[in-house]
Amino acid sequence: MSEQGRNRAIDTEEWIRRRAEEIAAAGRSAPRQARDPVNTAMINNWTEAFSDADPRYAPGPDTVAPPGMIQAWTMAGLHGARATDDPLGHIIAALDEAGYTSIVATNSDQTYHRYLRVGERVSSATELTEVVGPKRTALGEGWFVTTKTRWTVEGEPVGEMRFRVLKFRPGSAGTDDVETGNHPDIIDARERSAGTMRPPVSKDTEFFWEGTKNAELRIQRFGTELRHPPGAMGREQPDAEPDWIRSTGKGTVYSYVVHHHPKVPGRATPFVVALVDLEEGVRMMGELIDVDPDTVHIGQQVEVVFLRVTDDLVLPAWRPRS
Amino acid sequence: MTDASIVGIGATEFSKESGRSELRLACEAIRSALGDAGLEPSDVDGVVRFGMDTSDEIAVARELGMGDLRFFSRIGYGGGAACAIVQQAVLAVAGGAADVVVCYRAFNERSGHRFGQVSTGAVAAPSSAGVDNGWHYPFGIATPAATVAMVARRYLHEYGATSEDFGRIAVLDRKHAATNPNAWFYGKPITLAEHQESRMIADPLRLFDCCQETDGGIALVITSAERARDLAAPPVRIAAAAQGSGPDQYTMTSYYREDIAALPEMSVVGRQLWDSSGLRPEDMGAIVLYDHFTPYTLLQLEELGFCGRGEAPALVASGELELTGRWPLNPHGGQLGEAYLHGVNGIAEAVRQLRGTAVNQITDPGHVLVTAGTGVPTSGLILGAA
Repeated sequence: MSEQGRNRAIDTEEWIRRRAEEIAAAGRSAPRQARDPVNTAMINNWTEAFSDADPRYAPGPDTVAPPGMIQAWTMAGLHGARATDDPLGHIIAALDEAGYTSIVATNSDQTYHRYLRVGERVSSATELTEVVGPKRTALGEGWFVTTKTRWTVEGEPVGEMRFRVLKFRPGSAGTDDVETGNHPDIIDARERSAGTMRPPVSKDTEFFWEGTKNAELRIQRFGTELRHPPGAMGREQPDAEPDWIRSTGKGTVYSYVVHHHPKVPGRATPFVVALVDLEEGVRMMGELIDVDPDTVHIGQQVEVVFLRVTDDLVLPAWRPRS
Repeated sequence: MTDASIVGIGATEFSKESGRSELRLACEAIRSALGDAGLEPSDVDGVVRFGMDTSDEIAVARELGMGDLRFFSRIGYGGGAACAIVQQAVLAVAGGAADVVVCYRAFNERSGHRFGQVSTGAVAAPSSAGVDNGWHYPFGIATPAATVAMVARRYLHEYGATSEDFGRIAVLDRKHAATNPNAWFYGKPITLAEHQESRMIADPLRLFDCCQETDGGIALVITSAERARDLAAPPVRIAAAAQGSGPDQYTMTSYYREDIAALPEMSVVGRQLWDSSGLRPEDMGAIVLYDHFTPYTLLQLEELGFCGRGEAPALVASGELELTGRWPLNPHGGQLGEAYLHGVNGIAEAVRQLRGTAVNQITDPGHVLVTAGTGVPTSGLILGAA
């Protein structure tokens, strides 16, 4: 790249960052009310599409909506337009202008505070929380844009979503620093794992799940204390700031279960789940794959593998190690 | 010795489909317990419930016409609350917060929400409990039986026990239930061979290691020992009541302790019960141990001092837990045999044994130990004839 070109790139980066700051500083958009109140017709369509027979969603005096519908209630519809104060619209426009014209959604983490009841009218409001880049990804050079949407009913917060998109420059795919797509050490298990329950992620535990996405098994550390499952505060050194180390992923089976009944979402029965004592001294649970359940035993040597369960969830698992 | 007594017990029928609301079941059970005590709903001024119950204190008070309530409290952790709700009543009575306290548990656990199935709601939110479950449910340990199986496997490994050792608990419970007309498995004993042939649920747990599912309601009435003397039913004194949670405690998944083939939270309960009552295991004329899954009944025998570590299989095999033995276990048939009422039916059985009105009556039991749900923060009681 020529010096002139490099300067122009730096100027563009600065301009994007300045626009991001301005948009973020404008804060949350005005609450936008759903077109329709929560209603049984939409709920019926949804539960039919998902084959969800949960009786709570069936028509009746106490019907509630499946929590996963929350975004559907406030969608603008086929011919709808973004609100003029929607920060996602503004940052998309800015990145389009800078040449990052393609978009792909990468994360959507929703939190539900309570069930929504038929007749309630939901409003949504969105703020821009983070713009990170430029990053070289499998799709091309781009910027990760994170927004936070809050849903309310008459002012009462009922749900939240952290939504992340990648705005990228088409045709600029790099080969390193891969942030999306498949990591070579991650086994694609999306098909066989469909329906797997997602772990709730807190500020204390998000480092772990960020690690698995990159085929890293991370163990929380407070000072000299290693800890799993991760906690909120060091027990030996309460003032220590939490960080983490990367585990070798090697360990021995401490106990295990061969699960037969009932069916578990995302698993074909029978399957084996093992508690493994890792070399670093912590114990961790995971499915034990590539084994005959009859040959599993306490003391068996195993190593970590990573299973991509959905586009944005990678679970650690174990397999026998010779 | 506490200053409180259980003066009323009441229950609905135990079924697989009650055909009634859970609130209705709670109200029927409470009404029955108050009738047993010779008290009116208007006498009640305290109500304690399971955190998991779906019927609010105010709802049962409203339905039954209780009037003013001065004390209401809830205990969490599923079946671990069974004896703790009674402890709440004891504390309320002793502290002057209430005079007459009703405790209840009612659900359509078979025809409605079944606890034995996968509970996807357990990982719905990043509360501390949701995050805890997130280390287990997504990995496939997603049912109560599976959570227990992990501990059971380690117990077999540590102590050389076998699936038959688990099975003997089921056989004993079903034997006692077979002569209890209120038990779901009345007239239906099982053999050890049938246990061994029952299908695998979460290896090493077989179907007959897992307790049944029940629709029903059950209630208790607690008041001061002094007031109890004037009431209809023979009072049963609450000799001791305690709660317990251990180090590095999780709900059903305390897998990160050095030794998981143990229930240290039950040891916390046991130490308090023995210390505060001055009684010892040898003073118990019968024992009602929580039995949602057979391995945890073995572990309780060890934690409570009825035998040493790893010795429960031998104790069970010795016959000492039979009705004619030293410590008759679950004379009503337990939850495996009578009904799964989150352990509260075991408290009612202890009351009947001490009144002398039980179906499988033990001669003059003196004191009866009752425990609550295992694998979770839990509780226990020692009851005695007044």
